[in-house]
Amino acid sequence: MKLLRFGFVSGPLIGALWLFILATSISITMSFATGNPFRPMPVSALGIGALSGFSATRPLNKLVKIASIAGLVFVFTVSGFGPMAMESTFLSEVIAALTLALAMGWSMVVIMDKAPAGAMTRHETEEAWIRFLTGFGYIFFTAIVVIPFYVMVMTSLKSQSALLQNPLDFSLDLDKGWALFRSYEELFRDFNFGTYLWTSAYVSVLTVAITLAFSIPGAYAVARLRFRGQKAFSRSILLIYMVPMIVLALPIYIAFSVTGLRNTVIGLILIYPVTTIPVALYMLQGYFRGIPPEVEEAGLMDGLTRLQVIWKITLPLALPALASVSLYVFMIAWNEFLLAFMLLDDPSKFTLTRGVSMLNSSEIPREHLMAGAVIATLPVMVLFLGLEKFMTKGLTAGSVKG
Amino acid sequence: MSVSVPPKGRGPLARREARLAWSLLLPTITIVSLVVILPLLAIFWISFKPIGLADLRPPAPILRESLRGSDDKMRVEYRLRNSSQDTEITDVTIYDTWPESLIVSGDLPTGCTLEKADFNCVLGTLEPGYNERLRVPVELATGVDKDAAEEAAEGSEPVVRGTADSILTNTEFTLDNFAKVFDGDEFWTVMWTTIFYTVFGTIGALLFGLFAALLLNKSFRGQGILRGLYLFPYVAPVIAVAFTWVNLFDPFSGSANALLLQMGVTSEAINFFGQRPLALIMVTVFEIWRYFPLSFLFILARMQSIDTDMYEAADMDGASPFQKFWYLSLPMLLGILSVLFLLRFIWTFNKFDDIFLLTGGNAGTRTLTVNVYEQAFAISNIGAGAAVAVVIFGCLLAFSFFFFKFISREEGL
Repeated sequence: MKLLRFGFVSGPLIGALWLFILATSISITMSFATGNPFRPMPVSALGIGALSGFSATRPLNKLVKIASIAGLVFVFTVSGFGPMAMESTFLSEVIAALTLALAMGWSMVVIMDKAPAGAMTRHETEEAWIRFLTGFGYIFFTAIVVIPFYVMVMTSLKSQSALLQNPLDFSLDLDKGWALFRSYEELFRDFNFGTYLWTSAYVSVLTVAITLAFSIPGAYAVARLRFRGQKAFSRSILLIYMVPMIVLALPIYIAFSVTGLRNTVIGLILIYPVTTIPVALYMLQGYFRGIPPEVEEAGLMDGLTRLQVIWKITLPLALPALASVSLYVFMIAWNEFLLAFMLLDDPSKFTLTRGVSMLNSSEIPREHLMAGAVIATLPVMVLFLGLEKFMTKGLTAGSVKG
Repeated sequence: MSVSVPPKGRGPLARREARLAWSLLLPTITIVSLVVILPLLAIFWISFKPIGLADLRPPAPILRESLRGSDDKMRVEYRLRNSSQDTEITDVTIYDTWPESLIVSGDLPTGCTLEKADFNCVLGTLEPGYNERLRVPVELATGVDKDAAEEAAEGSEPVVRGTADSILTNTEFTLDNFAKVFDGDEFWTVMWTTIFYTVFGTIGALLFGLFAALLLNKSFRGQGILRGLYLFPYVAPVIAVAFTWVNLFDPFSGSANALLLQMGVTSEAINFFGQRPLALIMVTVFEIWRYFPLSFLFILARMQSIDTDMYEAADMDGASPFQKFWYLSLPMLLGILSVLFLLRFIWTFNKFDDIFLLTGGNAGTRTLTVNVYEQAFAISNIGAGAAVAVVIFGCLLAFSFFFFKFISREEGL
């Protein structure tokens, strides 16, 4: 560890690792963008990276350092001995090499900012390494999140045969225009996805409404009123919240089979709120506790009854909380798969998630499955991005649930 | 002179408040006990029963009526059978409205009577696998053609009743289900799979969440966008992301394999979700990927509520960034980390959909929850499925004991 405290050790080490990371991520990006082979060359990447890392610690002008590192990386890459090997069109090769070179030059200088070539202080060393790790973290997390969603969207727009030929070629034939969305059109035309969308929507909205109707009074009682067994009650809420759905699904399946509620949307609407009421209750009681009791006591003194206090004072104050809880419950109901899968067999009554799982068969092309996945994802994503503030609040408050 | 003392016991106001509380809670308690407590009891009941998927429909007498023969040799035929091959049905009766267009021309079957339009049969017990025809010889009333008579005879739906012993409600119990569940190596394979999945899934999601939270715990342009982006895996429907992963890692048309081949990491396509032990690692990685956003969100929220004074003081004392993390941030985060660990542990343990969608429990990825489904629906042995569910519930009780022992201080419950 002591050795890392020298610029001529840390610099090349960070540089080598960093160039390899950059070469890998640009290779992956370019492969996905063009479908042509781009690959990182570990030995060369480590070597040239070490060299650039070393030059980044030199006491030179920043621009000079950026230019020299970028030049070094670019020349090697284009000449074919560089950190990245490519077989693609001239244009994309130049773009890839240039991006790699400039990214390397600029980021290396930033990472090794103020780090001297010789002995470094503890702060300088750690800060350099932290900048390196931060950069790596951003690339890593962005990649693991973006790639699956990118593949999902792009697969839905391509034909299966094209993808079998080259699974990396996600380039779109824009001349086709609206025909790109053929699989979506077919889902709505031949697979009833319009109905599924509608079923999912009203099941989710009803679930939210029923959940709120039950959990608001319950949460208020637990949060505000004093009664024997209050503590035991709030514990048992949490306990119920932890019972796995699959354990309950089995008896529910049996009960619904016997009573004929299986295969009905009513059955789903009966069961969904019960899975969300404990969550909502748990979240809401936290919010209600946060409202100062004096406000309510003032209402009581002025002659309101408890129920009027809840209706006229507590609820308006808890409106943002109600929005969070509603969104969160909506998300759970919309994404719910297990119960819909077990209880619904009749294709005319499917919810969206159940409809998508129906597409998972070898007779139906992949792009239909992925188009279904996009249709299921899009509404929650739009809601989420539009109301992110409420959503994150709701998630942090209550989502001990998986 | 009277001395004022504080009131003892519960006064009328306190009682009224408690009454209101219970009445507010009543709807929730009712519905939750109907859908949670009752099924839980049912699971215990069923786990001691020798019951398969086919036994869900109780045995019942099945009756079909038809008009057979022609001219003077016509007969009304009631075909009666017992739907079950191994359970008898008792007190079987048939009732039918007799059509005016048919006149009985011979003897009624034993046990049957006809009074005006009421045709009644008292048949007693049907043996398992019973399948007989009851024949009533008839002739057409004058002026009625055969088609009309047939329509009249078959138009009135005969009513058949009978009581059968349902396996769900009788008092036959067995320990076979548990014997089967705990039998041999399979149980321990499933148990180890569950433990691997739960432990590594939980720890992985926590570490990645911590890393992501450290990245975003500073303000810069685009921080909000990145925070939203990193939540995507959690917010998207599991079915969409699971199928995307299957697609992405497909051995034939998957991009991940193509990428690895092209980069020379491997020389032939890898069947990520189809071979041991890779499949188990992959589903664990999926679990980490899907739930790191959650721990990230919680940890970030906690980080942002830490007082900055402390860090300023540390700066004055010359603490380095790693020292600040190790000696200041980490101890402050320990509370939320342990809460998250326990909760995520329980939830990962309970996880079903993810593995079910990714591998269907094949290739050594069958956890306890997947085993419930496997036993109950794939092997059609509901009893064994219920027995596994009881085992899960037992584990859960143990976990929640720990939870309340350690977390109640943290959460103030």
